[in-house]
Amino acid sequence: MEIFLAILIGVLYTAGVYMVLRRSILKFIIGIIFMSNATNLLVFLASGIVAGKPAFVDDAVKNADNIADPLPQALVLTAVVIGFGLVVFALALKLKFFETTGTDDLDQLKKTDN
Amino acid sequence: MTAIALPILFPFLLILVFIAVKSNRTAQLIAVVGTAVLVVISIYLFFEVQKYGILTLDMGGWKSPMAITLVVDYLSVLMLIVSSLIVFALSIYAIYFMPGQHKSTRFYVFFFALIMGVNGAFITGDVFNLYVWFEVILISSFVLIIIGNSKEQLEGGIKYMALNLIGSLLFLAGLGLLYGKTGTLNMAHLAQILRAEEQSILINSSTALFFIAFGIKAAVFPLFFWLPASYHTPNITISALFAGLLTKVGVYALIRFFTLFFVQDQAFWLNMLLVVAGFTMVVGGMAASAHYDVRRILSYHIISQIGYMIMGLAIFTPLAIAGAIFFMIHNMIAKTNTFLIAGMINKIKGTFYLKDIGGLLSQSPLLAVLFIIPAFALVGVPPLSGFFAKFILVKAGIESKDYIIVAVAVLTAMLTLYSMIKIWNEAFLKESPTTELAKSEEVKLRFGHFLPSIILGIASVLLGLFAATIFEFATRAANQLIEPAAYINSVLNHTMP
Repeated sequence: MEIFLAILIGVLYTAGVYMVLRRSILKFIIGIIFMSNATNLLVFLASGIVAGKPAFVDDAVKNADNIADPLPQALVLTAVVIGFGLVVFALALKLKFFETTGTDDLDQLKKTDN
Repeated sequence: MTAIALPILFPFLLILVFIAVKSNRTAQLIAVVGTAVLVVISIYLFFEVQKYGILTLDMGGWKSPMAITLVVDYLSVLMLIVSSLIVFALSIYAIYFMPGQHKSTRFYVFFFALIMGVNGAFITGDVFNLYVWFEVILISSFVLIIIGNSKEQLEGGIKYMALNLIGSLLFLAGLGLLYGKTGTLNMAHLAQILRAEEQSILINSSTALFFIAFGIKAAVFPLFFWLPASYHTPNITISALFAGLLTKVGVYALIRFFTLFFVQDQAFWLNMLLVVAGFTMVVGGMAASAHYDVRRILSYHIISQIGYMIMGLAIFTPLAIAGAIFFMIHNMIAKTNTFLIAGMINKIKGTFYLKDIGGLLSQSPLLAVLFIIPAFALVGVPPLSGFFAKFILVKAGIESKDYIIVAVAVLTAMLTLYSMIKIWNEAFLKESPTTELAKSEEVKLRFGHFLPSIILGIASVLLGLFAATIFEFATRAANQLIEPAAYINSVLNHTMP
């Protein structure tokens, strides 16, 4: 299972980087979504995954082998929510920018550079 | 010690109040009183730190290392005091320089959200919690930077957002890998584990990710390009707020991580930091001298000054780290102050562009004096704060035989002098150019306009006059960082009342 997830993470990062380097702002945001999901999976995978074990148990379960580590799940959950919020803001910003300037082309963003 | 949570809880309460408040006047009043209370809270915490050493608080009813721990040591509390002083000055400044109604902009909601995030980042003792505070800072600064909705602000906002989003993704990836390798995210626990055995080959991947993530936040070379592309677009109050606090949170995180637990393979990482510091100083200083917009000069100058702080961290002796902390305190105050002056220049002349303004020395001598204080402080003229900050760093550099970085630091001071003299010559000394723009927009400033700058100016002078006392505290902070046994002990063994 780990190997598939690892490949998936790699594919998502590749796709994300490719999209981030495109000229369109919308594609940039899609790239951020890919990379954000890849990062969430990475956090989840790096801290060890176990199949079919609950994360929260009552006091009856004494053996640590019978439970999954709840912390990475909590971390990923938090990170997913934060990433979701950021992407929504980015989309709103993109919409506003498109309404004011009528362009979606990152190469047109030269006003504030020099 | 539940009072530790106050720098986070109090701004949060104020946010709730601001959502309900409709009137502009009331909002301004609450903001000034609220930030004044924040100053009092952080000074109170300072005395507590003096009494007990390191304060800790485990949140959520668990014991550390499972709980999210809040830790206040000398470094945290010094940063808290300086940042709350800056936001106090800015809350007065916002009354005069922040246009628009509170009802429509909700400026204060995000102003205090940013303060909450910054304070949280300064006092947290948990890596994931730090990530959350960074996101709080990020999302509130996104909103602040585009208040006004002009074309330029939206464009600056997109550039600011783009690199910072990637920075926080790298941060998250780094902490995920770190958790996978150590099984903990509590900073003290990490320090205990990573200092016990050398496994740099496993840890370096996380170190690199954190280095880049914080490097983007701190705007070091070559990751700083979002800063000059966006800092000059928002309202000047917001620029000043960002200039004073945001990049310094990145530097704080770098100092915290690289002194506390990223101590493996130090020969490589410290050299890397040293090279980065040198380039940051020079590139920032040179770019600053090429511009004629006051805000752009000051934005590039922020980058140049970040280099000095990184230099202090990279030399990694107690003296150098104390110098870096002293430099941060000095720079946060003086840098914010120069942005405030830029706002006042704009208020009088109606533009930030140096070629269109002039003759301010005769028009407003008080403004000239107020500009001289932070400008000379940044350049490093004794008896102001910058002199001592640079002196300590240079002394530490010579003691550890890093002569190249010392030479770069001294030369960069010349570049700083050049940019400051340029602003002085063009804005204050030169005759006012007789264009129509300059004639039509002549505004008289009242005392209230000057007050925030006066507060920060006095703070700069006092930092210089009582440099020995401040340096003593900075040294204690540096010693706590270099010898983290006390930090680890007080977090993990709950030695606090």
